[in-house]
Amino acid sequence: MTEPILELKEVRTDFPVRRGRLFRRNTGRLQAVDGVSLALHRGEVLGLVGESGSGKSTLARTILQLVPATGGTVVLEGRTLTAAAPPVIRAARRSLQMVFQDPYASLNPRLSVFAALAEPLRVHRVCPAAEIPGRVARLLEMVGLAPRLARKYPHEFSGGQRQRIAVARALALEPKVVIADEPVSALDVSIQAQILNLLADLVRRLGLSMIFIAHDLSVVKHIADRVAVMYLGRIVELGAAADVIERPHHPYTRALVSAIPVPDPARERARQRLVLAGEPPSPLHPPAGCAFHPRCPFAEGRCRAAVPALDRLADGREVACVRASEI
Amino acid sequence: MPLLEVNGLRTSFHTRTGVVRAVRGVSFTLERGETLGIVGESGSGKSVACLSILGLVPQPPARIEGGAAVFDGVDLLRAAPRTVRALRGRRVAMIFQDPMSSLNPYLRISDQLIEPLLIHEKIGRAAARRRALDLLAAVGISDPAGRFDHYPHEFSGGMRQRVMIAMALIGRPDLLIADEPTTALDVTVQAQILELIRRFQRETGMAVIFITHDLAVVAGLCDRVLVMYAGRVAESASVAAIFSAPRHPYTRALQRSIPALQPKGVALNTIPGQPPDLARLPFGCAFAPRCELATALCRARDPDLVEVAPQHASACLRIQTGEIAFATTDYTDGRG
Repeated sequence: MTEPILELKEVRTDFPVRRGRLFRRNTGRLQAVDGVSLALHRGEVLGLVGESGSGKSTLARTILQLVPATGGTVVLEGRTLTAAAPPVIRAARRSLQMVFQDPYASLNPRLSVFAALAEPLRVHRVCPAAEIPGRVARLLEMVGLAPRLARKYPHEFSGGQRQRIAVARALALEPKVVIADEPVSALDVSIQAQILNLLADLVRRLGLSMIFIAHDLSVVKHIADRVAVMYLGRIVELGAAADVIERPHHPYTRALVSAIPVPDPARERARQRLVLAGEPPSPLHPPAGCAFHPRCPFAEGRCRAAVPALDRLADGREVACVRASEI
Repeated sequence: MPLLEVNGLRTSFHTRTGVVRAVRGVSFTLERGETLGIVGESGSGKSVACLSILGLVPQPPARIEGGAAVFDGVDLLRAAPRTVRALRGRRVAMIFQDPMSSLNPYLRISDQLIEPLLIHEKIGRAAARRRALDLLAAVGISDPAGRFDHYPHEFSGGMRQRVMIAMALIGRPDLLIADEPTTALDVTVQAQILELIRRFQRETGMAVIFITHDLAVVAGLCDRVLVMYAGRVAESASVAAIFSAPRHPYTRALQRSIPALQPKGVALNTIPGQPPDLARLPFGCAFAPRCELATALCRARDPDLVEVAPQHASACLRIQTGEIAFATTDYTDGRG
């Protein structure tokens, strides 16, 4: 079994919480990522699913060292990135790139598409200047856009097209790992399918490894090999994508699956829905013990007592629930 | 008499770069207690159509260029502003996608909730307050009394949406127009909000127009569905028929691109290209450039919406002439 290309061990990220207008004091810390361990294998697409406050976006930023980890390690191709010197991180950026959620905010409106795609090539001195136009043209073709569009500006494109440009930019340095943070959430359903197909195709053709972050399980099912479900900074379930969606174990995963509307009126009206009570919790006020227990239909006294560990079940699934085998 | 009858609604935006024809002749009826889903992608005109009906679209730059919207006998497009204002908030209410843009950030929730009651009904502050608190509890806000004097920014997205629903329902309207109310919310919160709307509908018998870009969402909520494309209605039918026997290539393509219906490991079905620029519409059927079944005639003539089966209308020329038909869909999605 080869080494994973990216490995996270007990990664923690917290932020100070400051109160007061005159004298800003630290009143505590917000634990956005609370001990996440994950391995991404070469050529794999790992889905990361969670709602507001789950920490999935903070985890993505921590992996990229855009935000410093406050605990644990992030290792990319054998090199430790956490607390590494800036040159190491800069070099790592050639192998690790990100596609952001909002195609309207992630492209610099003052840069033409050409300039936006040329920038990483120039900054990292990837090739002689004369080769840049050729590379930009090839990148645009790779994402299904005509090279002549390079002289246009982001506002001249639709959301789906901008997302393709963002993907092209992420691929400019020929990275090994791409983190896609909700790349299709802001797009119409029919355009989502186009971008998902594009990403799946690129993963196959370029041998990419990808972490695909989403809040919608039905989208993740198609593109991901494995999926990790996050809740309030921790992973609560991990397994093969199709299996997790067909046979969810953790009560939260079951609620997520239940929230997917069934596109068949008769069945949608007849089926039993698992609708949760309450709101996704705020990391500022985490519940005691299992973070999900206040909303969990299966919660018992012992759920409040301790944070459940991520245990491996007989079928290979990893679940963080003390009652996993009973329910 | 239907509760709402819209006929030939036309709304355009006159901008410096051209005229954007957002709504190009939309007609539909809504019966009392019925739930109508309006499905379409960005730019289909679904939101502008409903905003036009309620007089909420700013004129200029918009201009309602034609049509009628008769609500319980009153043509909202021609009635005096005072008449429309009396109906809006009282008999017809609307909720929007982004609660932050429809809740006044400077006013406490209490003031915003009570306002419609004080304006439309002759009840005192104390009675209005009681009703508001009851409604907040009914929409699932815990400790309503404790949070009553909070500002919108002190609530989470899902909570704000519930507050907006409470504001919309406090006047006990006959019609609720919900414009993508769950799109910006977490999936588990979406499920809660949809359940809430369903429950209120059952309890009060109000009619609902539910606008969404997600065809799957209407399956559980709506009686009838309008599918809109580029400012026009492409298809109108019962929810069962829309899913099992669509009669427009666009509806069929939308349905086929729902991820949940497709097996893993195969490329997802897509609709190639993108919706047209409403300021530069193609000649003929607006969907033709993306339609795999389009012919030269489709590109020459812009079809009208015509009834092709009982209670089922389609704006596809080839369906209308019987040249093409789609097989009834069989559902298999692995979840049994």
